[in-house]
Amino acid sequence: MQLDAKIPAGPLEAKWDKHRFDLKLVNPANKRKFDIIVVGTGLAGGSASASLAELGYNVKTFCIQDSPRRAHSIAAQGGINAAKNYPNDGDSIWRLFYDTIKGGDFRAREGNVYRLAQVSNLIIDHCVAQGIPFAREYGGLLANRSFGGAQVSRTFYARGQTGQQLLLGAYGALMRQVAAGRVTMFPRREMLDLVVVNGQARGIVVRNLITGKMERHLAHAVVLATGGYGNVFYLSTNGMACNVTATWRAYKRGAGFANPCFTQIHPTCIPVHGDYQSKLTLMSESLRNDGRVWVPKKPGDTRPPEQIPEEERDYYLERMYPSFGNLAPRDISSRAAKLMCDQGKGVGPTGRAVYLDFADAIKRLGKAEIEARYGNLFQMYEKITAQNPYETPMMIYPASHYTMGGLWVDYNLMSTIPGLFVLGEANFSDHGANRLGASALMQGLSDGYFIIPYTMGGYLAGTSIPAITTDHEAFRESEEYARKRTESLLKIKGKRTVTDFHRELGSIMWEYCGMSRTDAGLTKARKLVADLRAEFWENVTVPGGDQDLNQSLENAGRVADFLEFADIMILDALARRESCGCHFNEAFQTEDHEALRDDENMCHVAVWEYAGEGKDPIFHKEPLVFENVKLVTRSYK
Amino acid sequence: MSVKTINLTLQIWRQPRPDAPGRLETYKAENIPTSASFLEMLDIVNERLTMAGIEPIAFDHDCREGICGMCGSVVNGRPHGPEKETTLCQLHMRHFKDGDTLVIEPFRARAFPVVKDLVVDRSALDKIIAAGGFISVNTGQAPEANSLPVPKDKADLAMDAAACIGCGACVAACPNAAAFLFTGAKISQLALLPQGRPEAARRVLSMLAQMDALGFGNCTNHRECEMECPKGISISNIARLNREFNKAAFLSREKIPA
Repeated sequence: MQLDAKIPAGPLEAKWDKHRFDLKLVNPANKRKFDIIVVGTGLAGGSASASLAELGYNVKTFCIQDSPRRAHSIAAQGGINAAKNYPNDGDSIWRLFYDTIKGGDFRAREGNVYRLAQVSNLIIDHCVAQGIPFAREYGGLLANRSFGGAQVSRTFYARGQTGQQLLLGAYGALMRQVAAGRVTMFPRREMLDLVVVNGQARGIVVRNLITGKMERHLAHAVVLATGGYGNVFYLSTNGMACNVTATWRAYKRGAGFANPCFTQIHPTCIPVHGDYQSKLTLMSESLRNDGRVWVPKKPGDTRPPEQIPEEERDYYLERMYPSFGNLAPRDISSRAAKLMCDQGKGVGPTGRAVYLDFADAIKRLGKAEIEARYGNLFQMYEKITAQNPYETPMMIYPASHYTMGGLWVDYNLMSTIPGLFVLGEANFSDHGANRLGASALMQGLSDGYFIIPYTMGGYLAGTSIPAITTDHEAFRESEEYARKRTESLLKIKGKRTVTDFHRELGSIMWEYCGMSRTDAGLTKARKLVADLRAEFWENVTVPGGDQDLNQSLENAGRVADFLEFADIMILDALARRESCGCHFNEAFQTEDHEALRDDENMCHVAVWEYAGEGKDPIFHKEPLVFENVKLVTRSYK
Repeated sequence: MSVKTINLTLQIWRQPRPDAPGRLETYKAENIPTSASFLEMLDIVNERLTMAGIEPIAFDHDCREGICGMCGSVVNGRPHGPEKETTLCQLHMRHFKDGDTLVIEPFRARAFPVVKDLVVDRSALDKIIAAGGFISVNTGQAPEANSLPVPKDKADLAMDAAACIGCGACVAACPNAAAFLFTGAKISQLALLPQGRPEAARRVLSMLAQMDALGFGNCTNHRECEMECPKGISISNIARLNREFNKAAFLSREKIPA
């Protein structure tokens, strides 16, 4: 496997401009001769589909839900970053670039991240033109707020529903192209294999979730924008349908998987409350602008929060990280919450929670102002927990939220398979070992609106792509593979449900490959997952048939892939002999429990290549070269 | 920790295929934790059905935090159940009493054919959006974001309308199965913003024509859509739709599509 990142030479500021000039162009009249498949309709897939269709390509777009508007980008709450510097507080493209590189603990590429920061301002312009109702000041201009890991206010937001509004903008643009006949939309389809012909990605095999029929779709290039794999933990803030299947099948067809152990555990989620629970709900990081995080100073203190006097409270983020305080980055805040609970200071019925308290903010700003800023989040919290956060502090705990790892891509967002492009959370590229708040929406839209439209042209214009049909042997073989796998799931007829297996996988991964990892724990987890995988294929029960809507069958296929995928996540965690960002191996820490990086030996992207059934994957490295920033110990103190 | 539980009787619409007849089946749902969500209650029932060799109940759902708009059924005659401004996934079992009987049916409307059990086909809503629920701006064309100020009250009203999650509860609640609240919300959002004005006339005429063509009914001011909307979308958006329609029909040069 060759890992050529194709970062253009020259000064950081000029790389993208120069690259756009160097990329070959497809003549406007020729664009309609090219078919492009886009899988996924979140911010990345929706914006890519619309933008490619606007250019004149024939786009075929697929999603698993009933409508492209349901993709899980819709649930992003807090906001989207851009380097507009409207508040005049010292922001710049360079600062956004630096904050993102530093926030990612220096494990992302300079070239990619700088481009992301450059493009960020165009995204805001475009979204405003689309009619996205961003928050505004009384003068009619755009409002900003601050977010974790930054000391400037650069986050644009639409109440607590920024992801929803941005996604509906991309969805509107996509539906406009559907009406124009440039995009054909295929909802309720699940991609079950990537079709590779002569080393080029040429199509996909999907299952029509309503009829159960396998379908073959051919194109000149394939774009995956299928999101992250956070549901490997079973409980996460992801939607129930979020899965690793599309990227995992691409991996098995030869795409390298990068940094799978970099998974973000978000610090502010509603704690687990029962074993029937199906998901965890995020409370936006924006709440930490005004909420103060604390635990009782004394371990085992079970008094209700209002009876704990001020001097017996530990506002531990403010104490440990005075310059960032409650806005310390996500990895750091999550580990601090775990540390407090491990020390017996956790609160709530399970002892696995900390307080997020708005009493001071309400005193300072008034209840009306807090309601204007966070009303919908407070309402959501009350619906779920039956507690009123205006009167009693919220209880929060970290939960799996986002995955920085994903399919390896070069500067053109192309994977190790020519013609297979990967966008948004599904790729690994921009967030290093930890993503900062309000950067996921920025990356998804940057990839889809402003990068793929250029790099796709470069690929299509510069590559010879032979004419074939879906009768090609590779299509037949992929369809056969997908059909056999589906049939064998139905035949097992064992004694445990799919969800039961998923829940057990999740608890293994959370315990041993979650916020804090050890070599012994990871080694144990690898064995536990292998045993569980073996049991799954003997003892799972999947009711119903394969000729109609069968949600148990859909879920079984996804869990089967998670059971395979979990192995490379564990292997990757074992192979990274350092702690960095969200990856924390207890053997590598400073005296005050901060992550201890090893820039000598570990300053690389770890890439895994599929080596065949039952074989350990092959490990590759892409060294990270820093020409513009100095690698420093990440400090938020 | 002690978990409070309740026992329920469920009468659930089971229909294997779009063209097959359906009927209400009765299931016992015992020991349901009151802190579970409505969908988690269905999960528990489905796990038990699976182990008993019965095909589980099909229902649409995804984000389970009230924003994706994928879930929704009629519970005891009300779309998304009895709680105000609450999607089914955010409805918690503490709102029901031990011994309650719950009748659970799919959203019913001519434009929403049943796919299976509680799952319906709402692609008609996508078609309404495709008819004009957007601003025609290609990637790359946008002017600088702050070049056009938008009064805060207008932006806030636009956001109120834009909060629609496209679940279709308004259609299910309406005695005419009209999609006026859904369509009015999108038309209002874009009509309120200066960026949306250039296409306002064309948009309203085209979206309304599409709505009619898809088999949705007309609005006769029952206001049940507003009552059941999980996001509290106001019927003032329907008033704005009507105003936009009148302006477009009488004052613009746009033709009403045939």
